[in-house]
Amino acid sequence: MFRKLHDPGQAALRVYIDGVAVPAEAGESVAAVLLRQEAVWSRLTPVKGSKRAPYCLMGVCFDCLAEVDGVGSVQTCLTTVQDGMRIARQRGKRSLGA
Amino acid sequence: MKADVIVIGGGTVGAAIAYGLAQRQQHVIVLDGDDRDHRAARANFGLVWVQGKGTNMPEYQLWSRRSCERWADFSKGLLDITGQDLHLEQKGGLVFCLGDAEFEARRTTLQKLHNQLGGEPADCEMIDRSELERIMPGVAFGSEVYGASLGHRDGHANPLRLLSALHAGIQRLGGTIVSATLVEKIQSNSSGFTLGAGLENYVAPRIVIAAGLGSQKLGALVGLDVPLRPQRGQILVTERFVPILPLPCSGLRQTREGTVMIGATQEDVGLDAATTAVAAAKLSTRALRIIPALATATLVRQWAGLRVLTPDGCPVYAQSESHPGAFVALCHSGVTLAAVHAETIAQAVIDGSLPSSLDVFHQRRFDVPEAA
Amino acid sequence: MKPVDLLIVGSGPAGMAAAVTARRTGLDVLVVDEQPAPGGQIWRDIETVAGTERGTLLGAAYLDGRRAAEAFRASGAAYEPGAQLWQIEPGFRGFVTKAGEARIIEARTILLATGAQERPAPFPGWTLPGILTVGAGQILLKNAGQVPAKPVWLAGSGPLMLLYMTQLLKAGGEIAGYLDTTPPGRLSSALRYLPGALRAVGDLFKGIAWSLTLRASGVRRIRHVTDIEAVGTEHLEAIRFRTASGTEETVQADALLVHEGVIPSVHVALALGSAVTWRDDQDCYVPILDAWGESSQPNVFIAGDGAGIAGAKAAALRGEIAALGIATKLGQITPEAAAEASKPARAKLERELALRPFLDALFRPREAIFIPDDETVVCRCEEITAREIRAMARLGRPGPNQVKAFTRAGMGPCQGRQCGYTVTRILAAAEGRSVEEVGFYRIRPPLKPVTLGELASLREPEATS
Repeated sequence: MFRKLHDPGQAALRVYIDGVAVPAEAGESVAAVLLRQEAVWSRLTPVKGSKRAPYCLMGVCFDCLAEVDGVGSVQTCLTTVQDGMRIARQRGKRSLGA
Repeated sequence: MKADVIVIGGGTVGAAIAYGLAQRQQHVIVLDGDDRDHRAARANFGLVWVQGKGTNMPEYQLWSRRSCERWADFSKGLLDITGQDLHLEQKGGLVFCLGDAEFEARRTTLQKLHNQLGGEPADCEMIDRSELERIMPGVAFGSEVYGASLGHRDGHANPLRLLSALHAGIQRLGGTIVSATLVEKIQSNSSGFTLGAGLENYVAPRIVIAAGLGSQKLGALVGLDVPLRPQRGQILVTERFVPILPLPCSGLRQTREGTVMIGATQEDVGLDAATTAVAAAKLSTRALRIIPALATATLVRQWAGLRVLTPDGCPVYAQSESHPGAFVALCHSGVTLAAVHAETIAQAVIDGSLPSSLDVFHQRRFDVPEAA
Repeated sequence: MKPVDLLIVGSGPAGMAAAVTARRTGLDVLVVDEQPAPGGQIWRDIETVAGTERGTLLGAAYLDGRRAAEAFRASGAAYEPGAQLWQIEPGFRGFVTKAGEARIIEARTILLATGAQERPAPFPGWTLPGILTVGAGQILLKNAGQVPAKPVWLAGSGPLMLLYMTQLLKAGGEIAGYLDTTPPGRLSSALRYLPGALRAVGDLFKGIAWSLTLRASGVRRIRHVTDIEAVGTEHLEAIRFRTASGTEETVQADALLVHEGVIPSVHVALALGSAVTWRDDQDCYVPILDAWGESSQPNVFIAGDGAGIAGAKAAALRGEIAALGIATKLGQITPEAAAEASKPARAKLERELALRPFLDALFRPREAIFIPDDETVVCRCEEITAREIRAMARLGRPGPNQVKAFTRAGMGPCQGRQCGYTVTRILAAAEGRSVEEVGFYRIRPPLKPVTLGELASLREPEATS
């Protein structure tokens, strides 16, 4: 849905979204990376399973929640990408299983 | 405005009685307080519970049992009238014991209660860790979890759905709920009571005071002197998870929505309903000792409510001797007792007298003069 | 640990300016911010972007942030980025989570510089992926240097809308069309404030320039749009809209940016019990503050857009004034010295504020966004529609907290930041009461997400030495 205006060059790094490696740039938010993907959504709501994507990018809507490096319900718009970061879209209610 | 009965207080206790009255063809008006008043009914944990209740008054245990037995029908009735599912489950409830000392202490308490009740069959058992693991296969328990007491009559429901359904039910049955009213005056004459609230007067031959902590002041106007004190309870609720806790536990339950509720503190801090981070830390720590995986759960909300406590913690039901027709109903277990409030108490208000089986709950039990 | 003299929440224009001024008076200052770098939303990523092509593209007002950030960095204020403040208790104790650990910060005074958020403007389908706010679009431009990949639709009204569109065009982005929701007649009702606005003539020209750029670009602008509906199942597929003249149209679209102005973030202030008042002309609550920015709660100060929308320059000036007020309260400077020192800032602030009544009147949103149709989702978190809220209004005259309890609206993770106003407005309309009388949700902790593990890790600070 979004495209970068520039080539990250030196600042390029790699993150994994649902296991797939995608390029990212140092300093940008995880939500920004999600919005450059074919599928921009970040989660299915735990209420009705509706698809949601980052909406406000400033931490007040909580629709960009995803799992980041094993931690659930992270606000991806407030999280800066790190090389090798693993991002998983959240599908409905999380599991607390053993 | 005129009615057969006016109920002062639209919390779980007042609303349950009003609903029962409306079901019995009474024209009822509920005078409810302001949106920002102290409201125990909106801060409830949601247990429908008998386990361990009434160690100081066995009748309270029996009264709670009776209500739990009536709850399924009561809930079904509300569903039929309002279409609202209260998320009731009565498949038993647990009290976790961390370490063998807690386990033994729990066993002793429950045994004592059982002995007091005489011939009643046991409805609680102590279960060990392996049994717990069998009941809750999805949970990895913390190393300190030694066992639990399991109450077969216990269960839970959604307390906010209950309150909402009661309000809807009252109105569906022709009752009236007036929000944001503050009853300032109660006058009585031969034909009944006139209640003054702001510019409005409400008139009825019978009134029920079920105004939580506000009841003390109102009761005094009709010769009902009820000692009460607030006790703060703080509760945490997490984001939603796939079902993991098949049974509710004292202090830990998973709702039908999937959220996990953790509670509750017992703090004597007067009318202060503020939340504290220290309490949040304490509640979290205990919950993680039971289920360590909860460490990754996000807290969605923390709130505090003020329990309505009588000196012995047991309910008060009474009719005024100086002002017959004026009743008071108070307790801090409005969810558990909702079924009997809607049935027994509502019927007693119509009959004009409380059944003698409830004499033990009269507030005169607090009138014993202190020894010199 | 000794309590800090001043804990500042937020490092946007107000927080940074306040830190600089407070340090100058000798106060011990700690600034916490959930963002990874200083600048707030307006100057987001200013330190890394200022020297780049993107910086030039974002314009002079953005680049102003560079000097502010430099001064802040040099001020000697302690600064904790990436820190989420989830509760403040009287005393004060601020509870902060950073990198998975919770801790307590003790402070003698608090300055809330939490800025603004975009006004939630619910319409059917607004939760669909493919729809973002214009503010979000601009943050993506600042933070990631990215623009919509294909021609994008925009809908709404307000200065930020015009600014973003000019930035987007300059960056080489394409606009499919602009659904201008500014109602007819707003210009004429704004004109009576023009004489005052002329005192801020520079900004006024800027706005006119944006409009001219837009006109010159040939962007399709549909005026007086009254209703918008986003159509799609899993992603935005089309936009249906209607104008005041009754024209209806459906356009294919997979990207839509919306904006209906900004409102102060008052959640933390409300949680602390600071009194707010309803501003009818701005359709929002603003905190009640004295001349130094102190709220009704002693030693809680508020500056920046969180004190009332007025823009970055005013925010910095208010931050400076609040810092002087705080230094006076803590006995660091005399009231006379503070009065003298605040004079230049007060004079400039007056000029900045002169433009506001004109802008407020010109871009006042249409009534419909406050009181959406039955089908519209009001609470994004719990997926509660306007119909469900209205149904509650028929049960007596419930307030927002009862509606929250009965419907779950406002119980999700956003803590009512998206639905609070809408619920209040729907109830006010349905019950025939004023917004002020209906009130607002009681704000419960946590103000920001915190895990049970983080809570359990909380330790009391070491005794004061």
